[in-house]
Amino acid sequence: MENDLLTVQNVSISFTQYVQGLQQHILKVISDLSLSVKEGEVVAILGSSGSGKSLLAHAILGILPENGQCDGTISFKGEVLTQEKKEELRGEHICLIPQSVNFLDPLMKVREQAIGDVKDEEKEKALKHQKEIFEKYGLAEEVGDMYPFELSGGMARKVLLSTALLSDPELVVADEPTPGLDQASVNETINDIKRLAQEGKGVLLITHEIDVALKTADRIAIFYSGYVIEINKAENFNDVNKLLHPYTKSLIEALPRNGFKLTSGVQPLEEVDGCPYFENCPIRSDICQNNKPDLIDHNGIMIRCHNFDKEVN
Amino acid sequence: MYLNANNISYAYKKNKPILKNLSISIPDNKVIGLMGDSGSGKSTLCKVISGYIKNYTGTVTLDNNLIETKDFYPIQLIFQHPEKTMNPKWKMHKVLSESWNPPQELMDTFGLKDNWLGRWPNELSGGELQRFSILRALNPKTKFIIADEISTMLDAVTQVQIWDALLDYCKQNKIGILAVSHDKELLEVIADDILLFNEINKL
Repeated sequence: MENDLLTVQNVSISFTQYVQGLQQHILKVISDLSLSVKEGEVVAILGSSGSGKSLLAHAILGILPENGQCDGTISFKGEVLTQEKKEELRGEHICLIPQSVNFLDPLMKVREQAIGDVKDEEKEKALKHQKEIFEKYGLAEEVGDMYPFELSGGMARKVLLSTALLSDPELVVADEPTPGLDQASVNETINDIKRLAQEGKGVLLITHEIDVALKTADRIAIFYSGYVIEINKAENFNDVNKLLHPYTKSLIEALPRNGFKLTSGVQPLEEVDGCPYFENCPIRSDICQNNKPDLIDHNGIMIRCHNFDKEVN
Repeated sequence: MYLNANNISYAYKKNKPILKNLSISIPDNKVIGLMGDSGSGKSTLCKVISGYIKNYTGTVTLDNNLIETKDFYPIQLIFQHPEKTMNPKWKMHKVLSESWNPPQELMDTFGLKDNWLGRWPNELSGGELQRFSILRALNPKTKFIIADEISTMLDAVTQVQIWDALLDYCKQNKIGILAVSHDKELLEVIADDILLFNEINKL
């Protein structure tokens, strides 16, 4: 796949925690995650809040906390990313749009943190560029002089977006860009993300809001209990029959406009031996209880379900 | 039974009211939806009605009687972020029994697993915690539920589960609900009537 910008292969992220005294416990948050983002493409990862999706963004940028461990490979333009490589690329070629203003320095004016640490002789150029980008995303000039606490929700989002785009990155990782925004600001965010893709950038959108994913993404990856269970084209989400995994189907049917259909069952808390959806699955068979399905390609759709490996064999 | 809030006004800053002459009436057999933009004061209204904010002007009454504040407060607020409403150093069984001990049947309806009770709040997800915070609010003395964006941060499947169980219980036990959300599609499904916040708030 020559035009893949970002490739994530079999990535697992776990944390070592102290439970009692010196007893350690390993908490697995993301298991065996694989996906790719092409140039000019928006790929969304959809999962419930608190399920650990943001950690993937942190892993790509190499900013996981010290007790976090990331296995598997992440490559950018075919080159495997090591921690050193990530540090070199981030901020230049790969940029993060963080979740909230809490990621900004509260004691620094917006303008100063947007341009970052630059040499004195380059500062003028950087400031000019910053002004252009701020203007492009509809931020008034005086916003540069504000401190983060003075920004409204919508303004803060624009600041985060334009700060990420100052260095003209090839890949943008947007982590929950829409929470707590009213409909008008959400629509604006959606347009901004689409515009990035039109400019040829790759976008990895991490969200729990299904509508945002549907309106912006080309492909949507469904995240369940730490696993990506299905990666399907966004247009297929308009027709439940084109979706493969039973959880994806019930997710779409549970939307208020699609009938608000009740499906019982909760996501398992602990790592299970078999399929993570086994307990709630309507089409399970014996093999699902103790064997974990792999994410496989089924006519261009990635699916993690034993019912589809049979067809392949 | 009717819950009435009459001519409520409230200001965080002097001369900058956020609620003005707002009146709302909720019958105990209905779900009233309330829609509004973020920052418009919906949550402030919720806190006034459920007794968290006291220095407002106007009255909150149940069948024209003022509410006794020394007893269990019959109007219970359920917040958007359950993790912020629980003592992080209490295990879940204590969090729940602070209010009451619900029968096993009801715990099953809300999908509460027995092994969750021995966990700390930070070991459960938002959806799981929200089930606790709803069940905790459904004490037999509760007459009205104020649901402030209770399913905004949940996935669609959990959202249905939670609302289904809550609506069912409230219908059976004659508990009225004020459901606050910015999600029009959701309110159209769950509510009997929908009010627009900006229309009832006479700023």
